[in-house]
Amino acid sequence: MSCCCETKKLPDDEIQELKQTCRCVRKMIINTIFDAQCGHTGGSLSEVEILVALYFHAMNIDPSDPDMADRDRFILSKGHSSPGYYCTLANRGYFHADKLADFDAIDSMLQGHPCMIKTPGVDMSTGSLGQGLSTGIGMRLGGARRGEDFSVFVLVGDGEMQEGQNWEAIMYAGAKKTAGLIGIVDYNKVQLTGTTPEILSLDPLDEKFKAFGWDVLECDGHDIADVVETMEKAKCLAKSGPVAIIAHTVKGKGVSFMEGKFQWHGKAPNEEEKVRALAEIDSCC
Amino acid sequence: MQLGEMIAPRAAFGEALVELGGKNEDVVVFDSDVGASTQTGLFGAAYPDRFYQMGIAEQNMVGASAGMSTMGFTPWVSTFAVFLAKRAIDQIRVSIAYPKLNVKLNGAYGGIPTGKAGATHQSVEDIAVMRCMPHMTVVCPGDPYETQQAVYALTDFVGPAYLRTVRCGVPVIFDGKHKFEIGRSYTLCEGSDVTIIGTGMMTPKALEAALELEKQGIKARMIHMPTIKPMDEEAIVKASKETGHIITVENHSQLGGLGGAVAEVLTTHAPCRLTRLGFPDCFGESGDNEAIFSKFGVNTENIIATAKSLVG
Repeated sequence: MSCCCETKKLPDDEIQELKQTCRCVRKMIINTIFDAQCGHTGGSLSEVEILVALYFHAMNIDPSDPDMADRDRFILSKGHSSPGYYCTLANRGYFHADKLADFDAIDSMLQGHPCMIKTPGVDMSTGSLGQGLSTGIGMRLGGARRGEDFSVFVLVGDGEMQEGQNWEAIMYAGAKKTAGLIGIVDYNKVQLTGTTPEILSLDPLDEKFKAFGWDVLECDGHDIADVVETMEKAKCLAKSGPVAIIAHTVKGKGVSFMEGKFQWHGKAPNEEEKVRALAEIDSCC
Repeated sequence: MQLGEMIAPRAAFGEALVELGGKNEDVVVFDSDVGASTQTGLFGAAYPDRFYQMGIAEQNMVGASAGMSTMGFTPWVSTFAVFLAKRAIDQIRVSIAYPKLNVKLNGAYGGIPTGKAGATHQSVEDIAVMRCMPHMTVVCPGDPYETQQAVYALTDFVGPAYLRTVRCGVPVIFDGKHKFEIGRSYTLCEGSDVTIIGTGMMTPKALEAALELEKQGIKARMIHMPTIKPMDEEAIVKASKETGHIITVENHSQLGGLGGAVAEVLTTHAPCRLTRLGFPDCFGESGDNEAIFSKFGVNTENIIATAKSLVG
């Protein structure tokens, strides 16, 4: 690992602003899923700081020009957590937040899993797990051919890492030293029917990435300053090869009765639960 | 190429890619360690920096080609049809077909001819699988000449496409007068007693059968149908109304491929008696290609016999 990739600390006022954005996105997630009465709540809440750090700090993007040529790309490989993604995109200005009311509705711009044709700002369609790292590699292969050194960020779930295709991609990127590729694991340790250790343990995840030739960074996935600083370090390290960020997160983060619970993987809150959730998010940090 | 010359479509495909690569800098090729067989290795030798060796990892290969296409390149992804259309089918579905990305898929070693490799390598279901994929164009060229034309046509076409090639030598039946167009069928013999529809390497056999039938007093209409999807429905409906009996023949299962597609058109628009020659819901096996085709009645002799039994 290069030792020259040290990054500056994020100023306090910027940290506070990002925390406020996270609060806002969390509330939007609860409302969006409540309105649709379906959606993946736990995994949407666990990825908030990651998405906010990407879209409000780390990524070179322009919401008014979603197809900007040399923009950074993002792939939500864990596509089921689309509510978190859509709420971040809306908050960032890719489309009006009004559209969130149509999430999962017929003819909606916001499909259950991200669709790059229908939704401005979505760089790759996903939904069937394990495909994002591969498509991300392809974007970087194309970028390298065009002489463009944008970053490609791919967010994968921990349960998703059980899919074999991920490891084909990880092996390829490590062997070929694919620069500009940053894989982020939303390591909330809970999947659909149980905890990840119960279903199929990934540990030691960091050692596995390293064995495949990736640089590995870890962060507290809910400490926005830590997430931002880790991403800046990753961008620097990624100049010479792929980087994995293992973000330690909590499924359902921000809502006490959802935190750590596999039952909230794909459940929508009822009215009473929605009210409690919003109140908790408001009063937090 | 000379008419009648036996050339492997896979070789024609490989050479066409090289020629195309010289004219179109955005064409890139993805391989999973079978380039010596699929003949994409020729492109790899000519343009090594545009040839992506992905290793024996077809799912990652397909995903990477999708990502690359978003950068304005036109990837050709080639491996054996069994692996491309089965092992990587979800990647084709989600990363290419669903978002309509401009990736061209070559299912090589289509059907039985696989150098005696046997069932695991003989794809008898790929046409059915790819045909049922939304947003996918499916082409099975009839000879080496048409294979080359199809490579160019599918590269110019914008959207996901599947091109089937075969390993063995196939007689050249087309020359410079032939112009392949996506979605078009070609009536190679006129007739009104019965219709024989062929695709891929079975077209030359179907043509041979039609010419022999004519000598025996049966006027068979022989239609070459290289594009399975979108299908030339008009030609099928016309054949049904004007000849009353249709035989389809393909280097593929009887289920879901050319025969299945023709059956759908007929039952919807113009029902008539249809006989689907192909593999009867079974896997292939090792052996000489022609011996296997004969074992299952997918050959010139059986096309002739079937036609005679239908028209009496």
